Formats: sequence, C-alpha cells, structure tokens
Amino acid sequence: MTAPALPPAAAFSPRRVAAMVLRYWYLLRSSWPRLIDLIYWPAVQMLMWGFLQLYIGQNNSFFARAGGIFIGAVLLWDILFRGQLGFSLSFLEEMWSRNLANLMISPLRPAEFILALIVMSLTRLAISTIPVALLAIAFFGFNLFGLGLALAAFFVNLLLTSWAIGIFVSGLVMRNGLGAENFAWSIMFIFLPLTCVYYPVSVLPAWLQHVAWALPPTYVFEGMRALLIDHAFRADLMIQAFGLNVVFFAAGALAFLALLKSARRNGSLMQGGE
Amino acid sequence: MSSPPAIAVDRLVKHYKTATAVAGISFSLAPGSITALLGGNGAGKTTTIAMILGLVEPTEGSVHVLGAAMPRQRQRVLHRINFESPYVEMPRRLTVRQNLKVFAMLYGVADPKGRIAALTDALDLGEFLDRETGKLSSGQRTRVALAKALLNAPEVLLLDEPTASLDPDTADWVRGRLEHYRQERGATILLASHNMLEVERLCERVIIMKKGAIVDDGAPAALLARYGRESLEQVFLDVARGQGEASEAAQ
Repeated sequence: MTAPALPPAAAFSPRRVAAMVLRYWYLLRSSWPRLIDLIYWPAVQMLMWGFLQLYIGQNNSFFARAGGIFIGAVLLWDILFRGQLGFSLSFLEEMWSRNLANLMISPLRPAEFILALIVMSLTRLAISTIPVALLAIAFFGFNLFGLGLALAAFFVNLLLTSWAIGIFVSGLVMRNGLGAENFAWSIMFIFLPLTCVYYPVSVLPAWLQHVAWALPPTYVFEGMRALLIDHAFRADLMIQAFGLNVVFFAAGALAFLALLKSARRNGSLMQGGE
Repeated sequence: MSSPPAIAVDRLVKHYKTATAVAGISFSLAPGSITALLGGNGAGKTTTIAMILGLVEPTEGSVHVLGAAMPRQRQRVLHRINFESPYVEMPRRLTVRQNLKVFAMLYGVADPKGRIAALTDALDLGEFLDRETGKLSSGQRTRVALAKALLNAPEVLLLDEPTASLDPDTADWVRGRLEHYRQERGATILLASHNMLEVERLCERVIIMKKGAIVDDGAPAALLARYGRESLEQVFLDVARGQGEASEAAQ
C-alpha cells in the first residue's frame, strides 16, 4: 500500500495561522474582564515603581540623575513577562476549553500553532503596554518610545526570550496536563532576580554572574541602564543577547516538539485535563 | 480488484506505564462501510480511535488511514478525516458560527460561509448559530460538534459515543443524520459505542473488544446467530460476563 502524495494542505498555511488568531481574537473581544486584566497589573506596577523612583530621586543624587531607570526597568520587565504570559495563556485556553484534541486532529501544524500564539502574544502585549507607556509619560514624564532604535533592540530581544519560554511551557502543559499550569504563571519570575532587572550584574556574587550572563534579558537590562545612566547605546550587548536568543528559541521549539511526541506516546493529547 | 481499505489496523498494541490498553488487534475497514467498536469501559475503544487519528502513538503495530501511516504521515490525510466525541469540546465562549468558521479555515474549506449555511440547514443549527457554544444544551452541543466533524466532508469519520448523554429523540435524530451523511458521501464511519440500539440500527459490522483485545467480529445478524441471542445487548452481556468464551470452549 503506497502512502498518498503530500497534498497542498500539508504545506505551511497562513490561512490556518489566521484561523487560530481569529479564534483567540473572538475570545479576547468577547470578554471585557480579560481586556481590563491585560492593563491593570502593568499599570499598578508602573505607578508603584514610578512613585518609588520619585521618592528615592528626591533623596539621592544618583537616582535623581538616572531618571527613569526603575520605570524603564518595570516597562521592559513587563514586555518580557507579558510576552510569555500572552503566549502561554492563549495555549492554556485550549486546555481549559478541552479543545486541544480537536486542534491536534485538524491539519494545523505545530509551526502554525506556534506562530498564531506569537501573534496573540504581540496583540496582548500591545493592548497592555501602549496604554501603560502613555501613563508613564503622563505621570512621570518618562517616554519609553523616546528610546527609539534602542527600544526596538530591547523589544525584539525580550520578546524572543519570552516566546522561547512560552513555547517550552506550552509543551510542558501539553505533556503533563493542567497540573503543570502553574509554570505558565511563575516560570518567568526566576528571571527577575537572575537577569538583574532593577540592579546591575556586578551586584551578584561572582558565580551567579555567570548564570546571569547566560540569560539574554540580562544584556537588555544592562543595555537599558547604560542608555539611561551613561547615555550610551551598547549594540554589542544587543548582538550578544540576540545570539543567545537564537539558541533559546531553537531549544524551546525542539523541547516543544519532543514534548508533543511524548504526549502522543502517553496519551495526554486525548485527555487534555489534569 | 477490491479497493484498498480506508482504515487498516495491524497487530496494534498500546502499553501505558502500568496497563495495556490495546493488546495486538488487527482489522481493516472497507471504504464506505460503517462499523461499530463495541465494548465496556476500559475495553480499549477510545485508545484505538485515538491511534487511528494519530493522537496516540502505538507501542507496536501499525495504523494506516487512506494509505497514510499514522501518526507519522498524518499531515497527508488529516484534511480528509474528522472526529466527534462528547468528551472533546469546542471553545465555549465562541459562538457556534465563530467556532465553525475557525474550523472551516483550519480544514481549508473552500467556501466556509456556504458550507456553514449548508450544515446549518442540514443539522438545524439556525436558532442558536449566534449563541455562545457553552450556553447550549447537550443535544445542541452534539449537533454543533457533528457540524464541526462534517465541515470538511470527511471521507473517514470517527465517532466516540456520539449519542452519549442525549435524550432518545435527539439521539435518534443524530443517527438519522449520520446515516444520511454516509449514503450521501460514501464515507467510512467507525464509531465506538455502548449503545446497542445505535449499533444495531447503524452498523453493518461490529467489532467487540474486551480488555484491549478483539473477542468477536462480524455482521450484527451473524453475531446474534453465533451467540444464539435476539439482541446485541444480550451478546454484549455474554461477552462482558465471559459466557461467549465459555460457550466457545464448550464447543
């Protein structure tokens, strides 16, 4: 018996990516609590750190000179955190609605699924970050968009890391069921101390600095401080971060495929529950 | 020359860590046939269907659907098959129309609007087409799930207890739609069921499973004759209680 030839339906299909984006968009726009939730926490964080910076700046000349490092840090951290969460939450919607098996028996390919999740991560991020960045201008005169080309470099590097982690976490949830859901919410927090969001890498003990420099976001936060304190754009840091991100992203995608294969072996695609 | 089977299962085995779900079964289904996988809970029906769909990887043996080895070559045929089960849901917050549109795009349906309109007529979805799927009754949800399963006019349709939790009237209506679809499309249908009436009405062949193995296989009339019974329910009980094996051994 000969296998049927590879049909056009088996090739990568932008239409299937659009179908998945449409599915998540329908969901997002049908629920105002989901939309509010996207803005609420980033706004609270930004206001808290912004006022703290104002207070410290009044009593310390260094922080007075280095205006915006806390607000900049919290906004960039939110890009990293919300980028991953936006990716993972869209995936979790399939688990919560017990729809994963329907998708896995459809012609949807893993790469199309991942691309749709990336588009939704960007969409959610735009909904949460743009209003909060505007609030930062209004309250503290900190203009994130004023960082220009540097912001683009920060943005690309942070998003690549967030998607790499999001892909890996989605694979874990697919393989282990909703029992692994907590990873989606908490995994990024290990990056908070290790990638030196609010302080320079030199603060860490020497052995931990090696760990920090193995993580792409560390280069971004160091780059941000160089820009805001020394007014110097460190392209070298961005290139190193990008190189590491290529490795992270490839590792995340390979882990996802391995976990998908493992899920097929242990039957978890059919269950989709806990 | 007879046409190649729509589904060919050969010495299929599935072991999980502590259990054997399927223990070396073989069967093949002719194109256009309608067959029931019959068996009690834990007989291995759902795992068998999941392996045919490429959702579960066999431990040993092989599954071919429309000539493609599953799950390795699944991308060659996934657009030609579909599946419906009350245990696999569709996104509850999306309306029926939105869900059908998304799946029509996923399956590459050429005219999603036209196809959804045709299925809306065929399956009486009109009155709740713009309601959230999660707010429908179980009968309405089953009709929506069936519409999703028929969106791509599949050549192979797999159903896992398609009328579970439905009232008799709705269940009978669903069976009528399935019969109609099979006649109209010439599709191959494999359904797992506990419901003997359903199997007697719909199926020309019954494969009975127990503890992961096939214990009998034949047309409903042949099974009734073999066990000396008047209904498939009695045959099923004989098999479940081991009386079939006992009578075979005595013979």
